Amino acid sequence: MIELEDITKIYQMGEVEVGALQGVSLTVQEGEMTAIMGSSGSGKSTLMNVIGCLDAPTSGRYVLDGEDVGSLPDNRLAEIRSRQIGFVFQTYNLLPRLTARANVELPLVYGRGSNRRRRAMEALEQVGLEDRANHKPAELSGGQQQRVGIARALVKQPRILLADEPTGNLDSKSSEDIMALLKTLNEEHGLTVVIVTHEPDIAVQTNRVVSMLDGRIIGDSETQAYMVRSRGLES
Amino acid sequence: MSPVDVFTSALTSLASNKLRASLTLLGIVIGITAVIVLISLGRGVQASITSQFEGLGANLITVTPGSTEGGFGAFFGEGGDVNTLTLSDSEALLDPVAAPSVAAVAPTIDTWARVVYGNQNDGAQVLGVTHAYKDVRNYTVATGEFISDIHVRDGATVTVLGASISESLFGLRNPVGQTVKLNGRPFTIIGVLEKQEGSFFGFLDQNLMVPLTTANDRLVGNRTSTGEIPVNTINVQAASVDAIDSAEQEIASILRLRHRITGTDDFTITAQKDAIEAINDATGVFVVFLGSIAAISLLVGGIGIMNIMFVTVTERTREIGIRKAMGAKRRDVLFQFLTEASLLSFGGGLVGFALGSAISLAINGQSLGDGVTLDISIGWDITALAVLVSVGIGLFFGIYPAMRAARLHPIEALRYE
Repeated sequence: MIELEDITKIYQMGEVEVGALQGVSLTVQEGEMTAIMGSSGSGKSTLMNVIGCLDAPTSGRYVLDGEDVGSLPDNRLAEIRSRQIGFVFQTYNLLPRLTARANVELPLVYGRGSNRRRRAMEALEQVGLEDRANHKPAELSGGQQQRVGIARALVKQPRILLADEPTGNLDSKSSEDIMALLKTLNEEHGLTVVIVTHEPDIAVQTNRVVSMLDGRIIGDSETQAYMVRSRGLES
Repeated sequence: MSPVDVFTSALTSLASNKLRASLTLLGIVIGITAVIVLISLGRGVQASITSQFEGLGANLITVTPGSTEGGFGAFFGEGGDVNTLTLSDSEALLDPVAAPSVAAVAPTIDTWARVVYGNQNDGAQVLGVTHAYKDVRNYTVATGEFISDIHVRDGATVTVLGASISESLFGLRNPVGQTVKLNGRPFTIIGVLEKQEGSFFGFLDQNLMVPLTTANDRLVGNRTSTGEIPVNTINVQAASVDAIDSAEQEIASILRLRHRITGTDDFTITAQKDAIEAINDATGVFVVFLGSIAAISLLVGGIGIMNIMFVTVTERTREIGIRKAMGAKRRDVLFQFLTEASLLSFGGGLVGFALGSAISLAINGQSLGDGVTLDISIGWDITALAVLVSVGIGLFFGIYPAMRAARLHPIEALRYE
C-alpha cells in the first residue's frame, strides 16, 4: 500500500539546511493500523505530510498503491489526495463558516460526485453525529468537532486515513471515543490508518508502532513487542 | 469544483464580511457612476451642439468666394473680400438639369450699417437676402411678413428685424409699420423673426434683413468689373441628406464652367454636415477626456479590490491549506478568489450603472442657459462598457492575489496561524 524507500526531506532555513527526514524506508500494508511515534522535531509530521502527498520528498522513492508519486506535479498530487487519502488534524481544521454537513461535503466539492448531501450525511452517521449536521463547528465540543473531521476524511471513502495527533487537543474521554472510532474503521471497514502521535497511550492502541528520532526510524515493531520493550525501559 | 460551487463559495465568503465587501464595492460604484455620468454628460453636450447646427437648416451647403486651397487665404479672411461670386452665379445653381440635387438657393450680401430709431443709434449686421433665405436657413416670421421676391425685384426699402434687435429697439411694442434709418436711409419694417433655437447662434437674432438688391444698391454700392452684383455667400439647400454630396459636385461643376476655371477654384463649398462632423470630432475628444478622468477613480476602486483581496487571502491562508489538503487544485483556489474579486467589481458595476443612469436621467433636459438643454441618453454601448469594465477590473486586480493564494504550499498554509 505505502512503500517508502530511502526518503529524505531537506528544508532550507535561511543559510542552514535542516534534514527533517534522513533516509526513511517504511512499508505499510493495506488494512494496517500504524502509529508513528516520536517527540517533536523527530520528523514524524514531515513523514506524514510526505505520505499524505502534501509535500514532495527531496529524494527517495514513494510508491502509493502501485503508483510512483515521488515526482508528480502539484495537480496530480491534489488528485491523489482527493481520491486516496483522508486527513484528520490535531486542530480539526474545520471551516468555521460552514455547518458540520457542509464541512463534510468539502472534499466532494473537489472532484466528481453526485448525491453530496446524502454522502455527507452517511459519513456523519458513521461517526454518530447525524443530529449535529446543521451545527457550526463553534457549537460543537472538541470531540464532536474531531468526529466531524473524521467524517470529512471518510466521505470520499479513501484507502488511507492519516491522523496527525488526532487526540492532541482532547480530554481523555473524548480521546478514547476517537481512538475507538478509528479502530472500528480499521477493523470493520479495513481502512488503512496511520496515526502520528507523541503519546505512548495512543500508540499502544494500534497494531504497529514506528518510532522516530532526528529524522530516522529507530524502531518498528508489533505493538506487543513495543509494549514489552518500553516496560523494560521503565523498570 | 463546479461553477455553482465556486459561485456559492464566493458569495458565502463575501457575505461573511458584509461591511468590508460593501466598502470595497463602493470604490467601484463611485468609479462606474462617474464614468457613466461624465460620458453621458459629454455626449449630451455633443448632441446639443449638433442639434444647434442642424437647426440652422437641413441639408445646408454654403458657397463662399475665394479658395481655401493652397494657402492661408481663407484663414486671413481673403475669401470673404474677393468678389468672385455673383447673383447670376446663384441663379445658375437653380438649374434643374445641371443641378438636380439642389432644392433651393439663397444668396446673401453681408454688410454693416448704422441703425437709427428715435434717439437710439447702433451698428448692426445687415444681410441682403432673397425670399428663399427664410426656408433655407429655417427662419420663422413671428409677426408681419418676410421679404418677398417682389421686394427683391423692386429693390424695396423694407427690412425684417431679428428678434433681439427688435426687442432692443422696440421693447414689447410691435415694430411692423415703423421706420428705421439704415446709414441714414429710411426703411419700413415689414416683419420680425422668431427667436433662433439655442444659444450658439443667438447672435443671428441681432441681424436685420433687407432685399438683396436694396442692400447692394443702397448700402454697399458695389459691382464687379462686368457689372454683376457680387454676393458674399450662396446658401444652397440640397434635396435630401443623401443628395448633399452630389449637390456639392453639381455646384462645383456649374461654377467652374461659369468662371472658366481650369486650375484652382475661386470659391469654397462647405457642407454643414462636414462642419458638424468636425465639431463632433472635437467634442468626441472632450467626451473621451471626461471619461478618462472618471476612469482614474475606477482605477482607484480596482486597487481597493486588489488590496482587500490580499488581506482576504492572508486571513484565509489556513482555509486554503485545508481546501488543498481536501484535494483542491491550484485552479480551484485561483477561481475561488478570482470569482470573489469579480463579484465585488461586477456588483459595484451594477450599482454604479444604476446610480449613474439615474443621475444622468435626472440631469437630462437641464438647461445649459439661453435655451440650450442637455440631451442625454444611456446607450447600449455605455451599458456594455460598464458591465465589461467592471468585470474586467475584478479580473485584472483579482488575478494577482488569487494567484498568490493558488500558489500557497498546503503544508505552510495549514501551519499558518
